[in-house]
Amino acid sequence: MSRDDEAQEIALDVNGTKRCAVAEPRTTLADFLRDHLGLTGTHLGCEHGVCGACTVLLDSHSVRSCLLFAVQTEGATVTTIEGLSEVNAELHPIQQAFSAQHGLQCGFCTPGFIVSVAELLAEDPDPSESTIQSWLSGNLCRCTGYQNIVKAVRTAAELTHPKAGPGRG
Amino acid sequence: MATEVHVGRRMARKEDRPLVTGTGRFVADIRPVGTVDVAFGRSPVAHARIEAIGTEAATAMDGVVGVYTAPDIQGQVQPFTLFVDQEHTPPSLDQSIHPVIRPCDMDVLALTRVRYVGQPVVAIVAESRYLAEDAAELVDIDYEELPVLTDPEAAIAPGAPLLHEQVPGNVQASFDVDLGAVDAVFAEAEHTASFRFLVPRVAGSPIETRGVLAVHDPVQEELTVWSSTQTPYMVRTRIAEMLGLAEQQVRVIAPDVGGGFGPKVQVYPEEILVAHLSMRLGRPVCWIEDRNEHLVATGQSRDQVHTVEVAYRGDGTITGLRDRFLLDCGAFNPFSITCAYNTAAHLRGLYRVPAYRIRGECVLTNKTPNVPYRGAGRPEATFVMDRVVDVVARRLGLDPAEVIGRNLLTVAEMPCDRGMPYRDGAPIVYDCGDVPASFDRLLRQVGYAEHRSATREVQDGHVRRGIGFATYVEGTGKGPHEGARALLDSRGDIIVLAGCTPHGQSHETAFSQVAADALGVSPEQITFRAGDTALVPYGVGTFASRSAVTAGTAVAVAGGRLRQRILAVAGELLEAAPDDLEFQDSTVHVQGDVTSSVTLHQIAAAAAPGPAARLPAGMDHGMDESYYFVPPTVTFASGLMAAVVDVDTETGVIDVRKIVLVHDSGRLINPMVVEGQIHGGVAQGVGTALYERLVYDDTGQPLTTTFMDYLLPTSMEVPKVEQIHVETRSDRNPLGVKGVGEAGTISPPPAIVNAVVDALAPLSVEFSELPLTPEVVLDAVLAARSGRTGGQR
Repeated sequence: MSRDDEAQEIALDVNGTKRCAVAEPRTTLADFLRDHLGLTGTHLGCEHGVCGACTVLLDSHSVRSCLLFAVQTEGATVTTIEGLSEVNAELHPIQQAFSAQHGLQCGFCTPGFIVSVAELLAEDPDPSESTIQSWLSGNLCRCTGYQNIVKAVRTAAELTHPKAGPGRG
Repeated sequence: MATEVHVGRRMARKEDRPLVTGTGRFVADIRPVGTVDVAFGRSPVAHARIEAIGTEAATAMDGVVGVYTAPDIQGQVQPFTLFVDQEHTPPSLDQSIHPVIRPCDMDVLALTRVRYVGQPVVAIVAESRYLAEDAAELVDIDYEELPVLTDPEAAIAPGAPLLHEQVPGNVQASFDVDLGAVDAVFAEAEHTASFRFLVPRVAGSPIETRGVLAVHDPVQEELTVWSSTQTPYMVRTRIAEMLGLAEQQVRVIAPDVGGGFGPKVQVYPEEILVAHLSMRLGRPVCWIEDRNEHLVATGQSRDQVHTVEVAYRGDGTITGLRDRFLLDCGAFNPFSITCAYNTAAHLRGLYRVPAYRIRGECVLTNKTPNVPYRGAGRPEATFVMDRVVDVVARRLGLDPAEVIGRNLLTVAEMPCDRGMPYRDGAPIVYDCGDVPASFDRLLRQVGYAEHRSATREVQDGHVRRGIGFATYVEGTGKGPHEGARALLDSRGDIIVLAGCTPHGQSHETAFSQVAADALGVSPEQITFRAGDTALVPYGVGTFASRSAVTAGTAVAVAGGRLRQRILAVAGELLEAAPDDLEFQDSTVHVQGDVTSSVTLHQIAAAAAPGPAARLPAGMDHGMDESYYFVPPTVTFASGLMAAVVDVDTETGVIDVRKIVLVHDSGRLINPMVVEGQIHGGVAQGVGTALYERLVYDDTGQPLTTTFMDYLLPTSMEVPKVEQIHVETRSDRNPLGVKGVGEAGTISPPPAIVNAVVDALAPLSVEFSELPLTPEVVLDAVLAARSGRTGGQR
């Protein structure tokens, strides 16, 4: 094995905590989070960047963690689904909204959707229904038919910013 | 039974918290210390003899634990012979349809011959999946290629090569249904027409792929297997049979399962082999399917070709229908006639069609084996029947709604005996409600009268709007049985256990509601668990829209029995008659006197074996009640759907604006959950109608092996679904429920295609194949405008 292939230490900020583990350069960010850091809330649905189940925030922007190598994220700040709410604490408004609107069934794709929505609401606190539909098209859900997820995003917007209107259509 | 206050309520789900916080536990999230990973070497060719397998280089690689081929497991792992319990044909079905079913064994690893791309040939075990995949690249296999069959019509042609020597003509299974004087009806028919319909091969595509983890305890000689399956009990049975173990030595757990939709009903080679390897290696062994594998190695579905003739009168009344169809079952047929017979049994749907003959043949080809997928033969049937009704109407120049109404079964005809058995052997007798009344509601809800009188041009003359209809009827709540236990633990907490296993159907919530009403407590007091063969001795699984009916009834009865037992013991403690007692939270008290009460904890203690027990005379110790529900037969859910579409005649693009569904799935346990099931079902039906198709080339190479090639609908494509619930209670179970899991999936393809035909009405196009892509639509429009016959005839 050449030196370039050797496992190396990778340090990054994950959900507000400095984390460090040794991994090969070919280790994807998704596998690094799941297998090396034990954060199994990031799910793998296709491993080729289409389904969005593995979505995490990298320096506040959503990325497909299956399409990045962990070494590329050295020193970066990563937020995963586990970073949205404390264990046994009150749920994040997006999480509350997904449950309230029955925006999940099997729940496998849900972490990716919730993380994507976190980015959307950070950029646009009061998104219209068509904005939401368009935004969500980067994540696949096979159970819900999306309608309740769209409703959940509106609910989350209203919970997060009570001044957000009842939907701009 | 106590008062029913929770069934029928929109109750938020109890199962959501772990799933929205990323703390759910799917198979890939479970990793015992010392786990090793498997990668499979799969056939890259569709049909070949295996000449030689070289595993030396892979075996020698650092980090590789072992490399296994068919000879390495011979004698230790038996092949699949009986695939599913459905293989057993009830005598009444046998006498009625005379099925011919040929044996078609499948090895866990291919020994001398591969028959489809993706078939497992070699298993490589290594310290990580990365290393296992590296080693898989080093396995060297010589294949001597054989002639390939990819078309079922070619496969049954005289002289075609045989895929399995013991299956003549490549027809693995066939049957005939013959009802009424069919030939006489055709001989006297005012009009006849013939069609060829094609429903393509599609992939159920749960977002979680399959996965298996097995841990063997050599001291206890017990094997624990976690699998992303819909049928843990069938996995247990097959592992025990094929590895020569007693069933009690095998525990199968379906943890959180990320969708199933049918393909996870099958027991697969990987489940057997991973279990075997964990015993052989003495280490936990894990295999997680990747998406590319999933699209070649997990069962695929639908894939039927129908040749249909219809006889009808000038007013659109259909008098007879003849159909011969082929189901392309791929290289093996794990489900025998399950889907094909579902198609035959449901094809007439809610329409009268007095004379009916259908022959179904399951034909072997060099493709991935065919398995049920949501609807399981019914979407195919409905596509044929509702297209036939629409074409008959349009060829006669009649309004399709009028012709639908003329052929629908009336309330006076219910219960309606269809003259043929269901797959369980019982006569098909619809217990549907007033179907024509539901159709009238649908017409009003979708605004059909206004649509008929309006222009169809909605934008600049090139976007046209259409409304199309389709129906469905579905036998739901199939047996043979499902069980539940209701018990008080030693602290007095209520625990309900069931044999079914959820993968998105909200069992924890819905069955807590059912149990709460049976016991007279609140759903929050119930701890519900399922998906583990250690919980309930006998179980089946979750498929065929069956759990609400079967497990729901078992939960209701077991819960009611536990209530009686609790009240009997409380009566002993309170020196009161059980009939004078009532529940409040976690106590039982005398009606009208809350000071005279005992807690569930005290009741549990009084029922526990030991000197402190205080039980009514003659009652055994314990607080654990079981019930197995064996339904007499299925109960028939039904519905009618309208699709509203806009068709761009310059691009062929179809925009599904809205789906309206009037459906009857009996009494609703949780309307929020029912609506969610229907939304999701409709989304999958939209996918089948417009986007999804697994493509193989002439050499049997699959061309749709990623989500970039195989298109699932996104939030941009799935329309709003308006639902009207009709609740005709079933008298075939005490809850009065019918199943709903598959309902939404069945009707969208014909409803959408009929809507496109309606939008393009002046052009008289016809379509008979799915998916209806922009290219097909545009071609039909251009053909019609140039004077050729438009569409597919």
